[in-house]
Amino acid sequence: MTAQIRIHDIPGGIHPPENKAQSTTRGVEQPPLPARLILPLLQHIGVPAEPVVKVGDHVLKGQLLATAQGRFSCALHAPTSGTIAEIGPAPYPHVSGLHEPAIVLDSDGEDRWVELEPIADYRALDHVTLVEKLAAAGISGMGGAGFPTATKLLSRPDHRIETLIINGAECEPYITADDMTMRHYPAQVVTGIEILMHVLTPEQVLIGIEDNKPEAIAAMREAAQHNPTIRVVPIPTKYPSGGEKQLIQILTGREVPSGGLPADIGVLCQNTGTALAVHDAVMLGRPLISRVVTLTGGALERPTNVQALIGTPISELLAFAGLQRERLHRLVLGGPMMGFTVDPQAPIIKTSNCLLAATEQELPTPPPALPCIRCGLCAEACPAQLLPQQLHWFALGKDYPQLQRYNLFDCIECGACAYVCPSSIPLVQYFRAGKGEIRAIEQQHTKAEQSRVRYEQRLERLQREAEQRERDRQARAEKAARAKAAREAREAQEQQTGAATEPDLARVKARIPTLSPEQKQLKIAAATARMALQKAQKQLNANPDNSDLQAQVVQLEQAHAEAQQAFEQATSQEDT
Amino acid sequence: MAMAPISPPHAMGSNRTRTIMLQVLGATLPGVALLTWFFGWGTLINILLASCFALVIEALILHLRKRPVMFFLNDGSALVTAWLLALALPPYSPWWLVLVATGFAMVFGKHLYGGLGQNPFNPAMLGYAVVLVSFPVEMTSWPVWRGIEELQPALTPTLGLLEGLQRVFIPGSLPADGWATATALDVVRNNSALTMAELRATEPALGGMAGRAWEWVSLAWLAGGLFLLYKRIYSWHAPVGMLGALALMSLLFWNGDGSASNGSPLFHLLGGATMLGAFFIVTDPVSSATSPRGRLVFGAGVGVLVYVIRVWGNYPDAVAFAVLLMNLCAPTIDYYTAPRTYGHARATRGMGKGQSERH
Ligand code: SF4
Ligand code: SF4
Repeated sequence: MTAQIRIHDIPGGIHPPENKAQSTTRGVEQPPLPARLILPLLQHIGVPAEPVVKVGDHVLKGQLLATAQGRFSCALHAPTSGTIAEIGPAPYPHVSGLHEPAIVLDSDGEDRWVELEPIADYRALDHVTLVEKLAAAGISGMGGAGFPTATKLLSRPDHRIETLIINGAECEPYITADDMTMRHYPAQVVTGIEILMHVLTPEQVLIGIEDNKPEAIAAMREAAQHNPTIRVVPIPTKYPSGGEKQLIQILTGREVPSGGLPADIGVLCQNTGTALAVHDAVMLGRPLISRVVTLTGGALERPTNVQALIGTPISELLAFAGLQRERLHRLVLGGPMMGFTVDPQAPIIKTSNCLLAATEQELPTPPPALPCIRCGLCAEACPAQLLPQQLHWFALGKDYPQLQRYNLFDCIECGACAYVCPSSIPLVQYFRAGKGEIRAIEQQHTKAEQSRVRYEQRLERLQREAEQRERDRQARAEKAARAKAAREAREAQEQQTGAATEPDLARVKARIPTLSPEQKQLKIAAATARMALQKAQKQLNANPDNSDLQAQVVQLEQAHAEAQQAFEQATSQEDT
Repeated sequence: MAMAPISPPHAMGSNRTRTIMLQVLGATLPGVALLTWFFGWGTLINILLASCFALVIEALILHLRKRPVMFFLNDGSALVTAWLLALALPPYSPWWLVLVATGFAMVFGKHLYGGLGQNPFNPAMLGYAVVLVSFPVEMTSWPVWRGIEELQPALTPTLGLLEGLQRVFIPGSLPADGWATATALDVVRNNSALTMAELRATEPALGGMAGRAWEWVSLAWLAGGLFLLYKRIYSWHAPVGMLGALALMSLLFWNGDGSASNGSPLFHLLGGATMLGAFFIVTDPVSSATSPRGRLVFGAGVGVLVYVIRVWGNYPDAVAFAVLLMNLCAPTIDYYTAPRTYGHARATRGMGKGQSERH
């Protein structure tokens, strides 16, 4: 190994009790095959996958069940062989407990694979083909929010990736899934990393692992020692060092620009679990159908890690780990800092790294919040260098401009502030709500803006059409008049040859109501105003409570009256 | 399974407002003990009186504001205000003085603004300033300390409990002469004829560094403050800012030990309420600036003002006024000391409402 990588400190951070030892003593176990799997179509960030199977179809393990819908979507495969029982809303691991579209698969117990197509020599393939292979395997980020990996690899083709960072920090208490992945599959993880290197051709690869995982560090060092580009970098244990932005700062000293992507500074992050999935997809031809999940918490008799099939109901995994129902106080998917409470009926999905079945002592019900005493502990703990107490204050007052001014959107929701707050204020809850409200307002603005533009375009078109019709009518009238005049003239000529035709023609012409160009314009304006008014009135009848529409109608009425008056004045002046 | 959806984080640190308040109280104990040793029961009587008044007033107001009384009384913030106020007042202050000061602190210093966390001014210092302005005689008569009788036989410290209670509850019932004296800060302020060495010889109150009893009490405050720093109850920024600025000012304007001496840096650091202020007053989070950098500025402001008022102002000690003045500036300081957020090229500073700059 060459020169030491310099470790940079991140501001703030906390040291909650780690609670990792209890789930690392049993290796990575294989839970029993579930009888029924629930496979939500949306297990990643983006657009749900589209089913390509029907209810009643028999499928084999690893067979494609649903295809990706565009780049921000991810394919879904059968985790075992069996029959499609249902396609429709099913329990989903989300805090709301709402059901989401899913494919429900009844296993046939045979666990029979489709024919797999491993790639013998990935180095012979160009990176587009490789990325396609990863996309076909349905891989999405397995550590964080679940961004489709193929898309992430291609996200900034114009930016060179200089540093590939493999996130093995796993800074959240209790979770050991990445730790166990690195301890038990180090060679596969390194191969997965090398495949990613083949795609990205980075100058260096840094595997960041918190120094509370000496076994994982040793295993990864050993597995990667043949490749001098890959460096295992132990980093100080501190939450949230595993946040993408924080890990980048620790390992490179650089910050991802606000609102930007790591690729903007030549960095790409992948999780160790994702690297393992990449290995499986390329070297074994296996799609992503299972993952390492930590089962832990005081309510479990035998906390452990398992290689669980995607779609396994949470309750079955808990039963495997010896759940003691009477001790269970809170069931959290993810860690105690950023995880969320779930229903045990829901399945685990591609992003689920940990199930925490906590007792009352472990995660006690928070005491009622006291007023903020501005102690500043939250600001000291914040890794993003925000002022949570100010944000809290503005969130309470719904002062959205100030929230944005104090960079609410740079909050990574790590919860460090709420963890240290002596007044037990649920700060993250306020920040999420604030973000949601601001987003909603922005959306409303765009919508209103869009409909305003559409409305104006429609008015313009109506006006154009009205003008056109008027012109056509005039043209027709003139033509008819001319024809009639000509006919009369001809008749007159025939009756009394040489008689004066001119006055007649003038008389005929005078009978046709001709309008000067200004009058025409005024008339059109009046017609347009009337049409706009009628339309608004119709809308108002449909939504009588809309005060905007009410105001609009009043305005339009006035506009119409004025236009009509102007037109009438113009014509009457002509008459007199 | 009773599992209400609870927002993350699910884990909670062990910080509690109440614990913090109790630790602050605990950290004052060395100082309280020394004060009691030097001045007799007066300090304890002050504390007891102020605490009772504060709790009763707080409970009354909470009741009037229709807030859960026990829930808020329990947070310990009223006790902290009362203790700090009691420590700042001269021992054996008459009971009504304590009542007025505590009453102002609780009503005008705290609840008028909406209670805990909302007050722009440090309640204890507000109460202190009010009685200092209104009752200057009572406020500047500090009792003499144990051991003075050996140096100046005309003076006798009040050390008995009964005697002390009598002074507090029946003010004027005991002879006014011979038990109270000017503080070291007063002496140096009012001196214009003697060099510091001569002054030290004639005025035993001056002691070795900053006033005999006071220098020891100050060191006790310092010890308590270091304990709180160690416990991470607050960061070092505000105390260091204040002591640093005060040291710098007294060094810059230290005109030697002549008769017009402003006092040495040590004299200012250990004299009067400097240490109490630095570790127990400017560290009050509510009325201070928000960010660590802001707190450094806040503390420095207090330090400068303390020196200015002590040396050129009308009051011998100045911590209360300096703190109140800086309280006024805290929001402005906040505007100009906001930290730079991750991923931003610059911090959003100043009063504007504009969006912050991005990289
Ligand atoms: S930690 Fe809590 S009480 Fe302290 S300043 Fe932050 S929000 Fe206020
Ligand atoms: S949740 Fe947001 S505000 Fe709180 S510490 Fe984390 S980044 Fe800072």
